Amino acid sequence: MTKVTVAEEWLNACAGCEIAILNVGDVLVDLLVNNLEFVHIPVLIDKKYFGQTGEDKELSIPEAVVGIVSGGVRNEEHKEVLLEMRKKCQILIALGTCATDGGIPAMINMYSEEELKQFYYKDSPTTDPAEYPTEHIPPLLDQCYALDEIVKVDVSLPGCPPHPDWIAGAILALLDGKTEFKMPERSVCDACPTVRESKKGIADIKRLYMAAEYDPEKPLNEMRCLLEQGLLCLGPVTGVGCGGTKGAPRCISARVPCRGCYGPVRKGAKPLVDYMGALASVGFDPAKMPDRRGYLARFSGAHGVLKKIG
Amino acid sequence: MGKTLNIAPITRIEGHASVSIHLDDTGNVSDARMHVLSLRGFEQFVLGRPVEEVPRIVPRICGICPWHHHLASNKAADACLGVELPPTGRKLRELCQMMAYIPDKILHFYFLAAPDFVLGPDADYSVRNVVGIVGANPELAKKVVHMRYKGQMLLEKFAGKVIHPVAGVVGGFSKPLLEEERKEILAGIQELKDFSIFTIKFAREEVFPKYLDAVKILGVFPSGYLGTVRPSDGALELYDGELRMMDKDGNFDQFTYPEYVDYIGEHTEPWTYLKFPYSRKAGSLNLDENDPVGVYRANTLARINVCDKMATPMAQEELEIFRKEFGRPTHLTLLYHWARLIELVQACERAEELLNDPEITGREHRAKNIEPRAGDGVGCVEAPRGTLIHHYKTDDNGMVTMANMIVGTTHNNAPMNLSVKQAARALIKDGSYDQGILNRVEMAIRAYDP
Ligand code: SF4
Ligand code: SF4
Ligand code: SF4
Repeated sequence: MTKVTVAEEWLNACAGCEIAILNVGDVLVDLLVNNLEFVHIPVLIDKKYFGQTGEDKELSIPEAVVGIVSGGVRNEEHKEVLLEMRKKCQILIALGTCATDGGIPAMINMYSEEELKQFYYKDSPTTDPAEYPTEHIPPLLDQCYALDEIVKVDVSLPGCPPHPDWIAGAILALLDGKTEFKMPERSVCDACPTVRESKKGIADIKRLYMAAEYDPEKPLNEMRCLLEQGLLCLGPVTGVGCGGTKGAPRCISARVPCRGCYGPVRKGAKPLVDYMGALASVGFDPAKMPDRRGYLARFSGAHGVLKKIG
Repeated sequence: MGKTLNIAPITRIEGHASVSIHLDDTGNVSDARMHVLSLRGFEQFVLGRPVEEVPRIVPRICGICPWHHHLASNKAADACLGVELPPTGRKLRELCQMMAYIPDKILHFYFLAAPDFVLGPDADYSVRNVVGIVGANPELAKKVVHMRYKGQMLLEKFAGKVIHPVAGVVGGFSKPLLEEERKEILAGIQELKDFSIFTIKFAREEVFPKYLDAVKILGVFPSGYLGTVRPSDGALELYDGELRMMDKDGNFDQFTYPEYVDYIGEHTEPWTYLKFPYSRKAGSLNLDENDPVGVYRANTLARINVCDKMATPMAQEELEIFRKEFGRPTHLTLLYHWARLIELVQACERAEELLNDPEITGREHRAKNIEPRAGDGVGCVEAPRGTLIHHYKTDDNGMVTMANMIVGTTHNNAPMNLSVKQAARALIKDGSYDQGILNRVEMAIRAYDP
């Protein structure tokens, strides 16, 4: 059987998505031996852009059937690599919330490049103030973009990082000749076993330095919903999937509230508006929520969601 | 005519960087540099956030060592809010720190570094990787994949999320460790400890001796070192202690976390986004590989150099073997890999100790009655790639007003550059180079595990 070729790249990424690929575990080892052939993946293989001795003038990545890209697009090099991946790969997978929605690094979209550099190169308490670097480094773009703002994306696998179940599921579907793989469009709450009493009456919002109430000997389905306990849980406006195809939401398992790492429930959803509704439904005055943007757009600052202040 | 070789991307490392090697008319190296190509701005965008949320944001600095950022950040937030941790909460965090170390070290040694040693630096790039190792030694490869996975899953099952963790909270840990969980983790750790001891013996006897020539020439230069030690006896610490800054002759200063600003300065060069931390005591930074000034290194070899001893018995035996052969401090860059495995043994032994401590299953895992306040806090831990320094200030509402972070890889920016230059100069002569030689230059970077 001929193997399916795969190219993998990371852009404005943290490598967590790549570790998540490794966490597919034994299935991955079988796939690697029998079905997949990685032709390019910088974290594991020494394939170079400018030829193996670095003398070529143009950046080049080998052709592959499947292309997997993690991370958003933040500088000119990311953009160049992404365009090359799109050109060389038949099916392009956006892996992780950075790639699908900008992820945490897109929080920088609230600030100007000048603000960012001013602190980093001049004001920080340990730094000897200096001019900003400009040589031999790719210029930053005006903001951090999701992949689909630059190229066509065929499969979106959000998550920070995505659960290995979905990575394996997408790869197996593609091996099966399918060209599509879609995540369910439901919310984290749909997979959450906690008890909802739907009684109004949260007195006050609890910040994260305050603990949830629960009995550690008892399972999740005997703990009261964290939002109903007053903790800002973003489950209602976050896409399902972090527990894999079957498991409970991961943060809830750790007895802390969801922070939205799977991005919006569906494309084009408006988490800010929807969450205000969710808060009102448990009886809380949404105007009292501190640092609203910092909670509600923490993982989804691309697509023009986060704009610069002032 | 001179020319420039553009080695991009640097591979089998975590992160984005390239190397440029400049050859003069005679084909010899006039300069070589490592360029870090991105600037992400975590210090900027945590401003205005509630400080207790920062430990849930900053793990995304690095997906290979997210636990260490999570924990350093929690410590800084604790300090801003003036919180004292109950002993159980502190120990649960330390346990996670150890459990996060173990799969990381296995990953680094076998997946990222070993292809150069097991298959050789001259093997073709298409096989010089973990898939090639599977081909060369399928039994070992299977075991490695399984052990790394096992380490990750033990932690995930207990803490909910293993990549970009959430269970560390201001004031301690979000949940207690139950007795049945403790037993299961302990059994797993014992298996990982056996595998770690196998690994260091295998490396010491069968892998490193073949490459001692390379070890003695690749990226070698004198420098200072930074690491954490236990204040009571100078033992190597991975979770909490005091910082030691050593100079190239082995003299050192020892200081507490908030004093870091007195000992570390950061310099900027025009050709890389990443700043260059240097030792303030030296007064300035000079990147001349023959006579460097202010350059210090962090991460495994640095910790092994600065400590007086290891904190656990089997790791101590390994340190004695190492010191007998190489002395203290040793400046041989490729020994980072060896030092890495000594630490792996300590992490396993320390995890075992913690799991055998009755306090670990205590029910006071989290401090109560925390209130927001104005504060200034520095939190540090040793990450696999070097000391993490997270420093935040807060306003009366506990919102962040300043964040300064110096992360593991940043400490090694200057030494990685010197290593690249030194290796390129030693290996490329009269215009003659090939893929194998250029890969050896990259090996000098991979040692630091960026
Ligand atoms: S989605 Fe999360 S895990 Fe993936 S690259 Fe972005 S920050 Fe890292
Ligand atoms: S709000 Fe949070 S705790 Fe409540 S059901 Fe949704 S995910 Fe679960
Ligand atoms: S509960 Fe929310 S923040 Fe936590 S892993 Fe799931 S989606 Fe991400």
